[in-house]
Amino acid sequence: MTERRSFSRTRLRRTLLAAAALLAVPGAALADITVGLIVPATGSTAAIGIPAKNTAALFPEEIGGEKIRLLVVDDASDPTQATTQARRLVTEENADVLLGSVMTGAAIAVAGVARENAVPHLALSPIDLPAGKDEWTFRMPQNVTLMAMAVIDHMKKNNVKTVGFIGFADAWGDFWLRDLKTLAPSAGLKVVAEERFARADTSVTGQVLKLLAARPDAVLVGGSGTASALPHITLRERGYKGPIYQTHGSVTQDFIRIGGAAVEGAVLPSGPVMVAEQLPESTPMRPLALEYVTKYEAKYGPQTRAQFGAHVWDAAQVLKRVVPVALKTAKPGTKEFRTALRDALESEREIVASQGVFNYTKDDHFGLDYRGYVLLKVENGTWNLVK
Amino acid sequence: MEAVLDSTIVLFLAQDGVTNGAVYALLALSLVLVFTITRVIFIPQGEFVAYGALTLAAFERGVIPPTALLAVGLGVAALLDDLIRDPAARRPARLVRGAAVSIGAPLAVLAAAAVAAPRHWGPAVEVPLTLAAVALLGPSLYRLVYRPLAEASVLVLLIASVGVHLALVGLGLLFFGAEGFRTAPLSTATYDIGPAMVTGQSLWVLGVTAALIVALWAFFGHTLTGKALQATAVNRLGARLVGIPTASAGQIAFTMAAFIGALSGVLIAPVTTVFYDTGFLTGLKGFVAAIIGGLVSFPLGAAAAVLVGLVEAFASFWASSFKEVIVFTIIIPVLLWRSIRTVHVEDEE
Repeated sequence: MTERRSFSRTRLRRTLLAAAALLAVPGAALADITVGLIVPATGSTAAIGIPAKNTAALFPEEIGGEKIRLLVVDDASDPTQATTQARRLVTEENADVLLGSVMTGAAIAVAGVARENAVPHLALSPIDLPAGKDEWTFRMPQNVTLMAMAVIDHMKKNNVKTVGFIGFADAWGDFWLRDLKTLAPSAGLKVVAEERFARADTSVTGQVLKLLAARPDAVLVGGSGTASALPHITLRERGYKGPIYQTHGSVTQDFIRIGGAAVEGAVLPSGPVMVAEQLPESTPMRPLALEYVTKYEAKYGPQTRAQFGAHVWDAAQVLKRVVPVALKTAKPGTKEFRTALRDALESEREIVASQGVFNYTKDDHFGLDYRGYVLLKVENGTWNLVK
Repeated sequence: MEAVLDSTIVLFLAQDGVTNGAVYALLALSLVLVFTITRVIFIPQGEFVAYGALTLAAFERGVIPPTALLAVGLGVAALLDDLIRDPAARRPARLVRGAAVSIGAPLAVLAAAAVAAPRHWGPAVEVPLTLAAVALLGPSLYRLVYRPLAEASVLVLLIASVGVHLALVGLGLLFFGAEGFRTAPLSTATYDIGPAMVTGQSLWVLGVTAALIVALWAFFGHTLTGKALQATAVNRLGARLVGIPTASAGQIAFTMAAFIGALSGVLIAPVTTVFYDTGFLTGLKGFVAAIIGGLVSFPLGAAAAVLVGLVEAFASFWASSFKEVIVFTIIIPVLLWRSIRTVHVEDEE
């Protein structure tokens, strides 16, 4: 009698323990696919982080028959915070994929965590990493070099011989200046002035006067968001008549709102999604780009689309292709699954998304080609596709 | 690349530097004002600048500025705080007066803002409403945050300031969003004076700054309230002994600081894009100027602010990548010189 009672008590205890253990490992035991999205919803890069966060609402509920558990965290535009959040997602939530961040510094931080823990990472910023450090990191946005080539090509076609540069005094400005200086000579272009400014500057008169003194045929503003309107406005105020180019960081409706008449005629490289309606019918990205802008703007209002939101949407498109492949070999939440995801990212071909067609290879973790960009011109306060 | 500096460029840069310097001077003045009276190093001063600019931008878009709502919210909180802390404040007469000041005034501004916002009455109505809405944040903030700490050390007050700064920046993001705004210029005129082209907007900035400096001088030198404030600044305990209410001195100082901050915001909003977090860096430059003035001298602080503006303008011409470094480096020789010259006293005060 006593023996039987103790037996049943042990069994009860075991059952309870097992139940407790199940509860203690949330999600993981249920075999959901855990996706950690790290975005700057606050802080200095919130302007581009918020559309990315908003797009999380359009993320698919399930892929390949598996439920998606999407966790959205804020890195406050701070690389240290991004590291902490990425570590937490990996160790506590057992994330299968990390997405983010939108901010360059924070994205580099997430890439570090992804590499340490062998977790596939889809960066939402076109970050540069030293050779061998991007084994687990794949970028969604267009490489700056790709965009710089587009801009320089347009300059060449329009007989620009000398170009002045004014850009952010940060990594974004550095990338653009570096690519401009490397690519310009082969296109017969000369960089005649290099000026820098900060996002929070209240005046760029000094830099603009120096640019004007160098008399460039064209000026490239290497900034992002509404802050890049300031040099543009100052150049026009001081009577600069030549063409002014901006980067894909400035393709937002707010840029035109702030810049007004001064930014008319500006030429910018951009992802195709910004002019989804104007894309030729034959473009492979068109259906997905239209679907994204329709859904996003139905939820957040007309003309609210933004590139960085589309990158999150595209991350979902990429996952829709690679997750079923990885599921054939392993279960979500395991190390094998993460490795299979990474391998699938490198082996899948022609992944169509809204911002281009991805072909990641072992040596190229950017994956986009000429289909990944368009050139836009500001005309009558709106974006027009340059044909 | 060698810099080609001719007289026209020098004039342009000087104009740019003096205009920016005038705004920094306004900030330096309010920092000195707050510090001398309450010993608070008021880091959130910059936020008032951003709030001022963004509130005006909200009016221009026909939106009721959330700052007016915040003023009501903070007023209610400050009154409740009073009622909890101070039994005397619960007496009916005091209660009515307290409610009228803390809640009535912001409510009146909110009502006026709600009427004015959709009607686009122009800067003559919108600017005063903006200034009123932001200025009302000052006294409530003082009562909620700093008055309970009035006897604390400068360091504790500084830490409280950092907290207020972070809270206000966060609220700014919530209220105005992450994108920046510009407002319509107060004046689009340009005047040719010799070889230089002077913009109407920069004349506005200089005029307002000069007027405000004169007003402050008159206030402190020639009114009873001003003299009482100055007495508080010189010696808190002594001021209390002769019957000056030091707590209300703090409230007046914060109201003035918030007002001056909002005014600076209104002045810079047409010439630059203001973001919810722009104020911090602008405020820091005012702070550099205030430090050069030793945090006690109004004229020295104002002169230093113009110097900061000029250094910034010329640095952005010669070495734009190092502009901020150069501006903030000015503070080092000043600190060195001060630490050599002043006898160090081991005392908080």
